[in-house]
Amino acid sequence: MGWHKRVLRVNLTDGSCNAEALNMEWAAAYLGQRGLATKYLLEEIDPKVDPLSPENKLIFATGPLTGTMASTGGRYSVVTKGALTGAIACSNSGGYFGAELKFAGWDMIIFEGKAASPVYLLLRDDSAELLPADDLWGKSVWETDEILHRRHQDPQLRVSAIGKSGEEGVLFACIVNDLHRAAGRSGVGTVMGSKNLKAIAVRGTQGVKVKDPARFMRVVAEKKQILAENAVTSQGLPTYGTQVLMNVINEVGALPTKNAINVQFDGAGKISGEAMHEVRASDGKSNLVANKACFGCTIACGRISKMDKTHYTVVNRPEYWGASGGLEYEAAWALGAATGVDDLEALTFANFVCNEQAFDPITFGSTLGAAMELYEMGLISAADTGGTALNFGSAEALTKMAELVGKGEGFGKVLGLGSKRLCEKYGHPELSMSVKGQEFPAYDPRGIQGMGLTYATSNRGACHLRSYTVASEILGIPEKTDPLATEGKAGLVKAFQDATAAVDSTGLCLFTTFAWSLDDFQPQVDAACDGEWSLERLSEVGERIWNMERQFNLAAGFTGKDDTLPKRLRKDAAKTGPAKGRVNDLKKMLPEYYQLRGWDDIGVPTQETLARLGL
Amino acid sequence: MMRSLSIAPEKCTGCLQCEMACSYENEGVFNPAKSRIKVFVFEHEGRNVPYTCTQCADAWCKNACPTEAIQINAATGAKEINNGLCVGCKVCTIACPFGTVNYNHATGKVIKCDLCGGDPACAKACPTQAITYVDADWTGYGKMRGWAERTDNQSSAQV
Amino acid sequence: MRHAIIGAGPTGVVAAETLRAQDPEAEVVLLGDEPEPAYSRMAIPYLLAGRIDETGTYLRHTPDHFENLGIRCIQDRVSHVDTDSRRLSLQNGSELEFDRLLIASGSHPVKPPIIGLDQPAIHHCWTLQDARRIMQHAAAGSRVVLMGAGFIGSIIMEAMVQRKVKLTVVEMADRMVPRMMDQTAGNLIKRWCMERGVDVRTSTRISAIEPDSSGGTRYRLQTDPAGEIAADLVVVATGVRPAIGFLEGSAIETRQGVVVDDHLQTSVEGIYAAGDVCDGFDWNTGNRAIHAIQPVAAETGRLAALNMSGCNTVYSGSLAMNVLDSIGLISTSYGQWQGVDGGDAAQLLDESRYRYIKLQFDGERLIGAITLGLTQHVGVLRGLIQSRIKLGGWKPRLVSDPTRIMEAYLAGMHL
Repeated sequence: MGWHKRVLRVNLTDGSCNAEALNMEWAAAYLGQRGLATKYLLEEIDPKVDPLSPENKLIFATGPLTGTMASTGGRYSVVTKGALTGAIACSNSGGYFGAELKFAGWDMIIFEGKAASPVYLLLRDDSAELLPADDLWGKSVWETDEILHRRHQDPQLRVSAIGKSGEEGVLFACIVNDLHRAAGRSGVGTVMGSKNLKAIAVRGTQGVKVKDPARFMRVVAEKKQILAENAVTSQGLPTYGTQVLMNVINEVGALPTKNAINVQFDGAGKISGEAMHEVRASDGKSNLVANKACFGCTIACGRISKMDKTHYTVVNRPEYWGASGGLEYEAAWALGAATGVDDLEALTFANFVCNEQAFDPITFGSTLGAAMELYEMGLISAADTGGTALNFGSAEALTKMAELVGKGEGFGKVLGLGSKRLCEKYGHPELSMSVKGQEFPAYDPRGIQGMGLTYATSNRGACHLRSYTVASEILGIPEKTDPLATEGKAGLVKAFQDATAAVDSTGLCLFTTFAWSLDDFQPQVDAACDGEWSLERLSEVGERIWNMERQFNLAAGFTGKDDTLPKRLRKDAAKTGPAKGRVNDLKKMLPEYYQLRGWDDIGVPTQETLARLGL
Repeated sequence: MMRSLSIAPEKCTGCLQCEMACSYENEGVFNPAKSRIKVFVFEHEGRNVPYTCTQCADAWCKNACPTEAIQINAATGAKEINNGLCVGCKVCTIACPFGTVNYNHATGKVIKCDLCGGDPACAKACPTQAITYVDADWTGYGKMRGWAERTDNQSSAQV
Repeated sequence: MRHAIIGAGPTGVVAAETLRAQDPEAEVVLLGDEPEPAYSRMAIPYLLAGRIDETGTYLRHTPDHFENLGIRCIQDRVSHVDTDSRRLSLQNGSELEFDRLLIASGSHPVKPPIIGLDQPAIHHCWTLQDARRIMQHAAAGSRVVLMGAGFIGSIIMEAMVQRKVKLTVVEMADRMVPRMMDQTAGNLIKRWCMERGVDVRTSTRISAIEPDSSGGTRYRLQTDPAGEIAADLVVVATGVRPAIGFLEGSAIETRQGVVVDDHLQTSVEGIYAAGDVCDGFDWNTGNRAIHAIQPVAAETGRLAALNMSGCNTVYSGSLAMNVLDSIGLISTSYGQWQGVDGGDAAQLLDESRYRYIKLQFDGERLIGAITLGLTQHVGVLRGLIQSRIKLGGWKPRLVSDPTRIMEAYLAGMHL
């Protein structure tokens, strides 16, 4: 129970779709979603494969609580070898698609091989069909969604698709479902595009059952009550979304600005969650229209925005006038602070384009920030960019480049490489704000020390969603630690990493952890899933997953040397704010981290550790 | 005082807890496809509208039923399907001008909201009070009633 | 006040109950000419399919339902209506006086002019007695010919398929359900049925029914275009016609059916008609129309009864609507599904998956629709048509995606 115990295997090369039993031994050890799909990937591919080759696989996986009444039970993850990073990639998305996949009777879809010509998967309960997508190729996510709804005459169909960026090989293309919810990072959409797979359209009517329904209903009601009483999950997130953080992080001097040259951004207030509520002078309306929940979510942090119709980006372009997914904090940071742009409407437009053509705004914004720095250094010229001046702070550069990346055209092709390859191309690899090929997001490790270790050790490349120590270091959840201190951060990072890996395998959303700890997940998992799920077991699943991901990366060719940070964060001190004068002291935290993990001094898990975790 | 479901779409976040609660209460499974309440998402407007049977006084479904399979619960005023009597002819599904009676292929019967016997699961599950179960007189129900009357211009009984 | 109701189908029963509810003192007599409790013809296909027993077809299930309501039931046929003396003559020779009369005698199946139709094992599918006979002959493996692929013919196919007979359907028109479905939908239903083992022959007429001299089956049917079909049982479902024979020579005006005004009153004051027999109005066009369908039966029965009991109630016409389940493929049609001059249509068609939706507009209003394979929220098509809602900006959205009917309806209410 919880699981359907069924996997759909789609071989794109020979066009076959076959049902197979879920490996319940693995489910018992890795739970679902992130953990279980990674186990499948590790067992089924050589970690050394070219991520864009037919030998790579692409797994869409739900968790055992996806599609249940547990709050936020709508998550799914896409697991593959990342196109951007060459590391394990696991991108998690909400919306309605994941639950629908579960309702159709599937825990997981494994795509393998490569289709000879573009296809999409139509999945209606037990019926799985690969259908030609030649007419969809080249279309945006939004167009694809509309066409598939019409074609199959079902308003309830849920569509997950790539845009043109994913077709054109933009290395940070993502997969967008329900128009504006994204499996965002590491180039999972690029892998999908490389397989000639345009979209998955799913409709499920079979529902989900749990082990002990009465206990489950009681427990999820209790846990929902906790979310309803917690200030962050009941007020902060619904009102401002993750954008509640913009001003907070700027004030603590941890807002990486203009390719992390600075740690504070003068324009932060203008692109903040508060600004999204302000009435615009132009049309008397606010940018924010409503907050929106993903499936099953009782928090509802999603931002739904409407553009100012008179903004230069959308004049005479009614396709951008409707409400759509607005700025979340990471996107607002990347499109704004990282590029120095403080035009909220320009950011909103760029964000719409990221959804429309399915690419990751974090990597895009950070890469554009790096390109702007190179431009201002004179290494990139207007001739390279097709005539656009890439100065920091240029809204026009932001929106123009977003459209080019979306289509994979012109200088968009170069930006589409991501900052690591772009900076290498122009001879300054150190200007890429990335770890393991992936750009770090909206928290500067000079002002929040734990985030340095988080980025350096994140298995999917730099990421805030692998151990969100911001919760402790800034927000005091579960308890306040000093963001400028390094002591204790190794343990904090490890604890967050393991708990997060477990949470990401349940089918629930990480954002509940502003109010919930693993103790709150445990009874929900236990009431839903076969077997006994103690807190100890759940924690161990998290640690096991983390180490398995590490094994994947080591086998893919990464070493302890890749557990590092861009030189700028380690050498160039913060110029302003509470962290003024500080760099990130990664070297003070990393050895302790390895030791706590039971890894040797070059970051390889010891035999004892592997044996203890059953790896 | 008879109570009724009151819908406040501006409070709805589109989480579908109501649909799951409904399907769990009535079918024993989390399955929005079997829910009697449905949230319609208006993407372009950024609005979500929960929608179900208003238990309208006209009872189009009940009047159209050829086998007396739709009956009124005296305590709640709900029009309820009697599965033993429903033959699955679907006439009620086309007769209800609100589109709130649906045919269920799996059972060969129709399904509609029955107010859960007076304790609607959807209202209990709604985290934002977009759906509440309140005294009929002072709800936004009047708006829905008004809408119902607007549809009722075929056979406007001036009773 | 003495009320008499001719016909104990859904119309008559709803009318009788409404009269009683309106006036506890009135005398209400319900006359039915079949030797059965009041039952629903709509339920017969499910009886044939074995999903219900005969009691499942009954319109009311409480024992002594009519007795408890003080409604007197008479099982006899009315042979004459004397409008001057306000008197009904019954076949058993007795008479019944009334103050107000409702004619709800329904329809009769039409008997096509075919040689050899009056033989055993050739039946309509109209009454409970017909159903019993059909069940007797429709044994597994037997050869059954269904004459007519209209609504009734199409809805009993599933029962025949379930009884594992070898079924052939013969329809004169160029498609199945021609009065409710357009060419596209009719053809898709035909293909669906043929894929399920039913031999469907459209644009075909049966010219003669002869005994099978070879002894393999009971009959051989001659068809035009030339052909032969073997049959053990022939079910005749070639349409129905209002049952008005007993009104011949009365003062009540009839055309196709009993002509009524906008209160469902006939040409004779105090005498009303409702249901299949009633020649009323089409709600869309205002033209004369007979809508022999269940929802109209119930609605006009109620309206007529309200007028009979002195509650002045306007009848503004009936909206055509049908829902059909042909071996699991569900189709509906509403209103002016054929469209009107100067109107426009929007449609989506997925032949391979038997999905079809067609909307007919007159300017900004929806006036008719056909759907195939749609079971969720389909009733809202009635709401959209009947509320005469001006679609405004939702018209182009519906033209682009006709499945968004529910949103179009709700938008007017909540946005």
